Amino acid sequence: MITVTGARKSYGDFTALDDVSLEIPAGTLTALLGPSGSGKSTLLRAIAGLEGLDGGRVVIGGRDVTGVPPQKRGIGFVFQHYAAFKHMTVRDNVAFGLTIRKRPKAEIARKVDDLLEIVGLDGFQHRYPAQLSGGQRQRMALARALAVDPEVLLLDEPFGALDAKVRADLRQWLRRLHDEVHVTTVLVTHDQEEALDVADRIAVLNKGRIEQVGDPVALYDRPANDFVMSFLGSVARLGGQLVRPHDIALHRTRERALQLDARVGGSPGVIEAVVERVVRLGFEVRVDLRADTGERFAAQLTRAEADALALQAGDTVFAHTVQAVNPAEAEPALAI
Amino acid sequence: MTTTVTGGRGGTDVSALPPSPQPPGATPPAAPSSEPVRPAGRSGLGRVGRPLGVGVVGLWLSVMVLLPLAALTVTSFEDGWGGFWEAVTAPVALASLRVTIVAAVVVALVNAVMGTLIAWVLVRDDFPGKRIVNALIDLPFALPTIVASIVLLSLYGPNSPVGIHLNATQPGLVLALAFVTLPFVVRSVQPVLIEADREVEEASASLGASSWTTFRRVVLPTLTPAIISGTGLAFARAIGEYGSVVLIGGNIPRETQVASQYIQQQIEIDRPVNAAAVSVALLAIAFATLAVLRWYAGRGLRREEDSA
Repeated sequence: MITVTGARKSYGDFTALDDVSLEIPAGTLTALLGPSGSGKSTLLRAIAGLEGLDGGRVVIGGRDVTGVPPQKRGIGFVFQHYAAFKHMTVRDNVAFGLTIRKRPKAEIARKVDDLLEIVGLDGFQHRYPAQLSGGQRQRMALARALAVDPEVLLLDEPFGALDAKVRADLRQWLRRLHDEVHVTTVLVTHDQEEALDVADRIAVLNKGRIEQVGDPVALYDRPANDFVMSFLGSVARLGGQLVRPHDIALHRTRERALQLDARVGGSPGVIEAVVERVVRLGFEVRVDLRADTGERFAAQLTRAEADALALQAGDTVFAHTVQAVNPAEAEPALAI
Repeated sequence: MTTTVTGGRGGTDVSALPPSPQPPGATPPAAPSSEPVRPAGRSGLGRVGRPLGVGVVGLWLSVMVLLPLAALTVTSFEDGWGGFWEAVTAPVALASLRVTIVAAVVVALVNAVMGTLIAWVLVRDDFPGKRIVNALIDLPFALPTIVASIVLLSLYGPNSPVGIHLNATQPGLVLALAFVTLPFVVRSVQPVLIEADREVEEASASLGASSWTTFRRVVLPTLTPAIISGTGLAFARAIGEYGSVVLIGGNIPRETQVASQYIQQQIEIDRPVNAAAVSVALLAIAFATLAVLRWYAGRGLRREEDSA
């Protein structure tokens, strides 16, 4: 369990952390999600002790580590650019934390071999980091961090330097790894898909503040505000209200639209719009629309829905939401 | 224009050139992976250019380096192998070589430590006047060496204002050599430190390593190639140094007379064979130093770049 209370940090005029408080339950995989400059990395580095705070406290596992150097925090840290020890073999990299603790050689060898098997680098013991691919280097870095049995594992954009395919594979792998080792893990990312994919809990940061904390479903379905909503997936503006494009239904007649819209509370009502373009994206179909107010928005339909409507550019349709989105009623940001 | 640049290859040659004193083994991760240098015919001038370029380079190296060296070697063996051996092993000649090598080794080691320290402070620490200090590092190198000698003499000579008299002593010799070889290690370590990935040190700290352990096990190994190359260059320079030791060294045979002074002396008393023989000995030492440096740099390169 990690508890951060009232963390503040500025660099000159720039406020990286503005009174941030956050609780990360033991054994969870929590993502710190936000755009660049939101303070997510600063928060992670503050938990690690790599960054000093101007104010506030950090407690790891019941121990106040606010003034404690990173060496003594019981953490494992994984960097975006691997931070591999280039002059050491894979084995020596992973063994580093144990070697400097002067553990018995046999114990180190056994532990390193175990870890390399877990991260799938069995047989790479004698290679140098330069001889590994990016994904392999990052798995080595993870094994290195896990070798010292850290109380918390901190990952700073761990897949940021990898290409899309490796990225997706590696985050699945990280999720499975976490299910095996259960170490409290904090992952920093600016990629909402990554956060939704791997994390049990997500803390959304913006401008040095936490906007909302919750599980991925809650954040997606009940965002606390427009920022969280637009950061966690695509949005369309319908009648002045932000809605998910897949929550927009289209009808040929106003009557039908009104009838169905009446079942949804707090909706922006029925909007008359002209189809500008119909784009088929595999199973999904995106319909670009222009409302009679001149506002442009996109609706996302399934192929079957689109086929049933037989939409053409220039057609007039009636749009309404099938899901009420009212940020005011959603859970407020967790405040401690 | 007959240039036939193959697509994208034009830039490769530039990146493959080693950035002067920095050993290739220490290339930072961000640098483009150095591909083997392409044969000149493919990337640069066309078919006409290649023999022309090779010819010019060959001629230049011959006139400037190879022929004089050959002539020197021939002179040194004018009295046969026996004469050469006698000239090199003459007690005073041998003593001058010993003084030279011992002083150069001491200076190289002092430089290895102090140069690294200075480079570290210049890269990692902030203090007022840092830019000036940084510029000062090259001064001993740029200064005419005889001026260096006078400078040192005025402070540590017979009229020393601080009461330290090093004139005509071996410490004085070492001081003079250390003065002129100061920039080598500093300037080879500095760029490596600037490019060094600080996250590697943070990773080490997060794994529980103290600052000293991090320096010794993580930072120092990445600096080692640069330190060794700088130290080797300082050693090679110290072996052949003349100007800076002329005044403060004292030129006392068997004590502070260095090989270059011995050579000068032998020329003055018209013993060209003796002079040439000791010169060839110096040449061999310098050559061996450079060969070891190249071998070392190549080894580091293979270890970090080889992706077999």
